[in-house]
Amino acid sequence: MNDIQTAYILIPLLLPLLTAVANLVFDKNENLRDSCSSIGAAATFLAVAYMVPHIINGGTYSLQMFELYEGINITLKVDGMSMLFALTSSFLWILATFYCVGYMRGLNEHAQTRFYVCYSATIFGAMGVAFSSTLLTLYLFYELVSIFTYPLVMHHQDDEAYDGSRKYITYLMFTSKVFLLPALVLTYVLTGTLDFAPDIVNGIFGTDPGPKWLIAAIYFMGFFGYAKAALMPLHNWLPSAMVAPTPVSALLHAVAVVKVGVFSVCRVMLYVFGIDLLERYGLGLISAYIASFTILVASMIALTKTNLKARLAYSTISQLAYIVLGVAMLTPNSITGGLIHIPNHAFSKITLFFCAGAIYVAHRKKEIAELDGIGYKMPYTMAAFGLASLSMIGAPPVAGFVSKWYLALGAMELSSIGLLVVLLVSSLLNAAYFLPIFIRAFFPKNKAAFAGGVAAIQREEASPFMVIPLCLTAVLSVLFGLYPDLWLKLIEVVK
Amino acid sequence: MGSFFAENILGFPILSVLIFLPLAGAGVAMLLRGDKLLKGWTLGIMFVEALLSIPLWVNFDPNTALFQFGENHHWINALHINYALGIDGISLLLVLLTTFVMPLCILCSWKYIDKRVKEFVITMLIMETAMVGVFMALDLVLFYVFWEAMLIPMYLLIAVWGGDNKAYASVKFFLYTLAGSVLLLVAIIALYLSQGTFFIPELMGQSYSFAFQFWVFLAFALAFAIKVPMFPFHTWLPAAHVEAPTPGSVILASVLLKMGTYGFLRFCLPITPAAMFYLAPVFLWVSIISILYGGFVALGQKDMKKLIAYSSVGHMGFVTLGIFLINLEGIQGSIIQMVNHGITTGALFICVGILYERSHSRMISDNSAIGSFMPVYVAFLGLFSLSSLAFPGTNSFVGELYILIGAFKQDKVIAFLAIPGALLAATYMLRLLQKIIWDKSDGHAHHEEAHADEGGHANHFFDINIREFATLAFLSVFVVWIGLMPKPFVNKITTSVTNVIANATASSNAATTPQGLDGLWSELTGGSSHGDGHGSSDQPGDNTGHDAAPAHGNPTEGGH
Repeated sequence: MNDIQTAYILIPLLLPLLTAVANLVFDKNENLRDSCSSIGAAATFLAVAYMVPHIINGGTYSLQMFELYEGINITLKVDGMSMLFALTSSFLWILATFYCVGYMRGLNEHAQTRFYVCYSATIFGAMGVAFSSTLLTLYLFYELVSIFTYPLVMHHQDDEAYDGSRKYITYLMFTSKVFLLPALVLTYVLTGTLDFAPDIVNGIFGTDPGPKWLIAAIYFMGFFGYAKAALMPLHNWLPSAMVAPTPVSALLHAVAVVKVGVFSVCRVMLYVFGIDLLERYGLGLISAYIASFTILVASMIALTKTNLKARLAYSTISQLAYIVLGVAMLTPNSITGGLIHIPNHAFSKITLFFCAGAIYVAHRKKEIAELDGIGYKMPYTMAAFGLASLSMIGAPPVAGFVSKWYLALGAMELSSIGLLVVLLVSSLLNAAYFLPIFIRAFFPKNKAAFAGGVAAIQREEASPFMVIPLCLTAVLSVLFGLYPDLWLKLIEVVK
Repeated sequence: MGSFFAENILGFPILSVLIFLPLAGAGVAMLLRGDKLLKGWTLGIMFVEALLSIPLWVNFDPNTALFQFGENHHWINALHINYALGIDGISLLLVLLTTFVMPLCILCSWKYIDKRVKEFVITMLIMETAMVGVFMALDLVLFYVFWEAMLIPMYLLIAVWGGDNKAYASVKFFLYTLAGSVLLLVAIIALYLSQGTFFIPELMGQSYSFAFQFWVFLAFALAFAIKVPMFPFHTWLPAAHVEAPTPGSVILASVLLKMGTYGFLRFCLPITPAAMFYLAPVFLWVSIISILYGGFVALGQKDMKKLIAYSSVGHMGFVTLGIFLINLEGIQGSIIQMVNHGITTGALFICVGILYERSHSRMISDNSAIGSFMPVYVAFLGLFSLSSLAFPGTNSFVGELYILIGAFKQDKVIAFLAIPGALLAATYMLRLLQKIIWDKSDGHAHHEEAHADEGGHANHFFDINIREFATLAFLSVFVVWIGLMPKPFVNKITTSVTNVIANATASSNAATTPQGLDGLWSELTGGSSHGDGHGSSDQPGDNTGHDAAPAHGNPTEGGH
């Protein structure tokens, strides 16, 4: 291991925070304010990307910051897993910034400055989570994400938004105070440290950690405590949080917030407990079954939803569980499958949300039933939607296929027919709720839309600020399906 | 007696200076005229006082458990009363908290107090003398003098400058605290009769009989529990807070509530360790009840000051929880948390005061939806609210973390029961924040309405001025500083805490075990000593210890 102690980590970490400050400073001049966002996003991405070569070569960057108590530190560290998440979220932040400009101005939304400040600050939290190297640091940034997203969910400030945001913050605060805090303290009491283990095998508990029931209790407090991962039965905040403006749903609920959740769960499983201990106590398998349950049930609920964003929300819940499932199976291939789904799902799901937002801005439509023939009005948008759907379903050659491939390999390594069946059935379910949207858009049952002939239909795409980012993410979804090497290399470092 | 003190490296009696500077300032203030001049003079004195207290921090030796910067002079020889001062790790931070919070109290009353200004500043200066004195006094009588001296200015603060219901609140405050003081006096006299001295360091670590410890502890503990306040003695607090003027609330929350918890650490633990250990489980449960009760009641409040007052009951419950764990992490945590509560809750009361000056109402509903008019204020309110709910990265999180570590090491059931308290804090603070900033009303319609109404609304709710900004900014520095870098603070207190725990454990092990209620009762009544079959090795007369106790040492280990 080649570890470099450097304050350089602070640059990608603090750039989003600086961007938030800049957003605040240029409150009055919206062009300047929004260009600050995009410059900040681009700079953050470059600062993260600069670290890639060293990480791929098996090195790490780290920085010791504050000591709260003996063995309780706030420490930053960049390794393969952080890079996986940091690269994804910083890159998508750039596209999302452009998309936000189109969306917020297209709808003439109020309180835009507050929106941008919280948006940038949330990315700061997400970066912090990615770079955390102790449980406490993780907890700190995890909580920051909760707080900064609270005003975003409440953005519309109507009754629905208040209810949704209250539910959101209640779920997150409840789980963090009642599960995470005691888990954190108990871990410290048992081990005397909160630092992550250097590898994914041994964990920090050692060979004789204490009573088995206590370890299991700590484990499940962490497993469910990171409620941003939306594992059932603590998933309900996610559909409620969809009252937020679509760019929030897109970046935050497809990328930053929920990924902060699954990332934390995976981090804790691999770097706090470690594969050995999870296998020894049979905790991995139980987790895999809980995740499978979430995958199937969330997909079935998605089938029943007629609102586009609600369907996407439940799809997110089920897809997130894939990531947890992969890690919980604890085989090399399944862990690859789980971790690589972090970027893959991010790119595809953000495309879907971008599309939903574009449809709303251009046509004010939220219900799936209203989308008859919309493919002719918004061909680019709906083409991107189709590609991203394929990725969700796991069809080759789009990104989601790679994840499913490794997950299936993992299930076979475990020779678990049950988990394999879960993967297959869930793919069918994914197809069952995504394809009808696509079919409806291009092959409407209601022919009234074509009364004047296809040629007469006016194209009404949303502004290019929105269409270009969503096309880009769709194309990238395909590219990562064909060339998953970057992610695979980063995951290789993890193992 | 010199052995109790480390050498005063400053070369001058700094503690006496700190005590008497405000008093001298009060004397001069009597001669001054003009409200502005009086407030300016007071602010100046308190500022100098704060500056003078910095050398305490700088020169404090964290490696010794002895009392530092000590002074010891004969005062009333006939009764062996000394003028003895000194600070250790337990009192250092509290002295600094007091000297730094007081100037802020003057700042936040700059506009708020406009009648009887001369009396007000004199009250405040005397208050400071008394509070600083309480934390420095090493002689029980001196301590008691300062303790009582605190009571009257505080009573006046509420009764003269308070709100509509001030008569009720001030009398209630006075009676509750006085009841505690009387018990305190009883304990002090009992200790004097037993040892023949009022000098606190000499009273520590003596081997009193368990029964003697038991009663002295109870008298102390009741007095302090009222002051903290612990459930069920808390009812004076919300009344006093609601009616007190902003500076009164700030003093009350920041400093006065710490007197009780300080008392537990300064007297109960070192002087009556066996009783402390014996009764700790009871107090742990009472702490848990305080935490949960305070949290639940705070949830239902419509009055901002009441909400914060009840949150104080909960937060101070965490402090007493830490103290009665009697382990290193717990007590470190509670000392840090005392300081944190002083900073955060003081700041919250200042925040409420700022709103009150604009809307003349303490009701949440009269102050809601001000986010767009007072963005800077809201940022500060947000920070202090987060601190109050123990958000990681803020000061209160550090204290709570230490206390929880101590609790989980000691007793997992107690620790788990404290967790909902943390959740309740998050609930009521976020609810308060949401209502103050955004309010529950129809978003866009409200927005236009607000625009139409902006003239009127904005006239009331103009953003904070430079004076208010400076006050809040100063406190917020400490919120983040202690939140991220608590080490310098913890390092100052660790030696003293380790020492007090070690001594208490040693002498508690040496003391006799509980002898049942019979023995305890005969101790109190001075009756027959032959009720306790258990402590059979005790010499006759042992239990009549309230007049003879100094004669014998530890009633022998042999029987146990």
